[in-house]
Amino acid sequence: MKSTTERQQSRTAWLFLAPALGLITVFFFLPVVGGLLLSLTDFDIYAIGSPDTARFVGLANYAHLLSDPLFWQSLKVTFTNVLLGAPLSVLVSLGAALLVSSRLVRYPAVFRSIFFAPVVTTLVAVAIVWRYLYHPRYGLIDHALAQIGIAPIDWLGDPNWAMPAIILMAVWKNFGYNMIIFVAGLQAIPEELYEAARVDGAGAWQRFRHVTLPSLGPTLLFVAVMTMIGNFQLFSEPYVMTQGGPVRATTSLVLLMYEEGFRWWRLGHAAALAFVLFLITLAGTMIQLRLQRERT
Amino acid sequence: MSARRGRLGLDAVSLLFGLGSFTLVGCGSSSRDERTTLRFWAMGREGEVVQELVPAFEAENPDIRVVVQQVPWTAAHEKMLTAHVGRSTPDAAQLGNTWVAEFAALRALESLEPWLATSTVVAPDRYFSGIWDTNVIDGAPYGVPWYVDTRVLFYRKDILARAGYETMPETWPEWREAMRAVKAVAGPGNFAILLPSNEWTQPVIFGLQAGSPLLSDNWTRGAFSEPEFRDAFHFYIELFREGLAPPYRNNEVANLYQEFGRGAFSMYITGPWNLGEFRRRLPPELQDSWATAPLPGPDAAHPGVSLAGGSSLVIFEHSKHKPEAWRLIEYLSRPEIQLRFLALTGDLPARAEAWSDSALTRDPHLLAFRRQLERVVATPKIPEWEMIAIELQNRAEAVVRGVTPADSALTSLDRYVDRALEKRRWLVERKRTTAEAAAP
Repeated sequence: MKSTTERQQSRTAWLFLAPALGLITVFFFLPVVGGLLLSLTDFDIYAIGSPDTARFVGLANYAHLLSDPLFWQSLKVTFTNVLLGAPLSVLVSLGAALLVSSRLVRYPAVFRSIFFAPVVTTLVAVAIVWRYLYHPRYGLIDHALAQIGIAPIDWLGDPNWAMPAIILMAVWKNFGYNMIIFVAGLQAIPEELYEAARVDGAGAWQRFRHVTLPSLGPTLLFVAVMTMIGNFQLFSEPYVMTQGGPVRATTSLVLLMYEEGFRWWRLGHAAALAFVLFLITLAGTMIQLRLQRERT
Repeated sequence: MSARRGRLGLDAVSLLFGLGSFTLVGCGSSSRDERTTLRFWAMGREGEVVQELVPAFEAENPDIRVVVQQVPWTAAHEKMLTAHVGRSTPDAAQLGNTWVAEFAALRALESLEPWLATSTVVAPDRYFSGIWDTNVIDGAPYGVPWYVDTRVLFYRKDILARAGYETMPETWPEWREAMRAVKAVAGPGNFAILLPSNEWTQPVIFGLQAGSPLLSDNWTRGAFSEPEFRDAFHFYIELFREGLAPPYRNNEVANLYQEFGRGAFSMYITGPWNLGEFRRRLPPELQDSWATAPLPGPDAAHPGVSLAGGSSLVIFEHSKHKPEAWRLIEYLSRPEIQLRFLALTGDLPARAEAWSDSALTRDPHLLAFRRQLERVVATPKIPEWEMIAIELQNRAEAVVRGVTPADSALTSLDRYVDRALEKRRWLVERKRTTAEAAAP
């Protein structure tokens, strides 16, 4: 039996929560349910014209995906980006964070700003500059490689090099964000721990291995999960740099989804792809959380 | 996670504000004028230039005010589709003629049949038939051709002469011989022709020239592994294998005009938009060294066809001012206005009679276009075509790069197409059975 005050309190609580819940329902849950239903139909351009041509197809869209070589290709591209790009991104951010936090650096704030600058630069501008850098004939990168005797690489034109080129650019563009988080994490480690380690005769590597890394644990997990989720959603970089080419070598899942949905208007297909991506991301996150829990 | 939710909230708020201000602006502008406001969308350069043609139209029609909205080509397709879904399409618009089928399938366009029946200005027989045909979907016309964009061969006269050819050959075997000869005199590292490996237009043109319908059974199945297309595709691939064409994508050629001027390649299949560019960007001493020719065909019995590209003028289904929109289309279709438009943009008129004007006959480069326009073919007029073309392009590029053998690429393309057109087969079948049921 609840008292009147309690009931009043909970009513007030609901009242305060209502706007936020309403927005989340309208802009988040309803679209998600709509998307799920859409993925069970063959809603396409004909159905936009006359809705009666939309058919309920059950799981056919999903079955189609599994038998579509392009889906597996885009899955490969996405996983390449997650398995190569995400660790590289985390390592570079951690390295940069250690660098700008170390006492060896004269003006840490200046370096922090420089490293953070790419994060806030417009991607399209960045892509134009990087396209020049990657140019096989006039590009700075191939020019530098030529100095040490490496033949020019057609970075964005060669199917084998296009994805590494995209990853490299994406890492450069995004590492500053995680760096800032790592810097905050590093600042939270008490100086006494390092002092104690030094007294015990620990070298720089041992201090990093036994003090810095364990203390950064939660930060590392957060960064790893967020970076992984972000890398699963690779889209803008290949969209502006290569449009998914050459020979589909940079068509990620999200790019494929965009093409299916907003270029060819096969919305049923696109919705199925979105759900597959959602399930993969969910599984990835669960695995990482499980790994972390087992360690502690 | 909290950052994400914050952004979600902000988006909602800005959306509401955006909608609010949009409606306010809408009310403000429409209540002042007595005239009918006609909204017309045009793309890129045309959108800029058509504004100069509007005052004369408004003077003739004091009851109409035309608001031209310029839409960039890259955003046009998406913008029009979203406008249609959101019921905010303009009254009339310029539409790439390969998009007509798609917008007709969406039921976004007004059939022009009744308007044509009473018109004294626009009639199908005044246009190049291949061009007019691109606008006819399932027997009904949905667009009036505005300007044409067919492709011909641009080539270096001087290099071809050095290779022993005074004119461009008209059949594939002779053409290939000419390319070999050009390659031999062009110097090391240079090629005979540029066929960008990431464009579907070249393999499609060759296929059409060889008589392939591209799609069979009422455009419901792929016909790419059938002999006509396969032969054409082999011809195309051989040009790369023999080293006559470089396996470049179009973005790998840093400056097309510079490279053409340098003799890096001596032939290039492209359209009228490059006429002005070649005049402007090639050095003056080369201006007499380039020419245009209609595309060669497989043999003397099959003169080379080209694509019936271009833009059309359409009226949208949801328009409330269709008579006014039709008046604008008629105005823009008059031969004298087409010629003014040519002078302003360089866009080639779609009306055959405009071509007898001296502005067109005195330019030797245009002769090839005039002849090519008699032989233009539309690509399959179905909304799925572009998707299929892109898929063809990807597979062709894989063959050019040596990733897949030609024949298996075509077989797998047909499999892909058959699956992509399943819905279309169902619709065609459904239409047939309902027609049969309706008939006694």
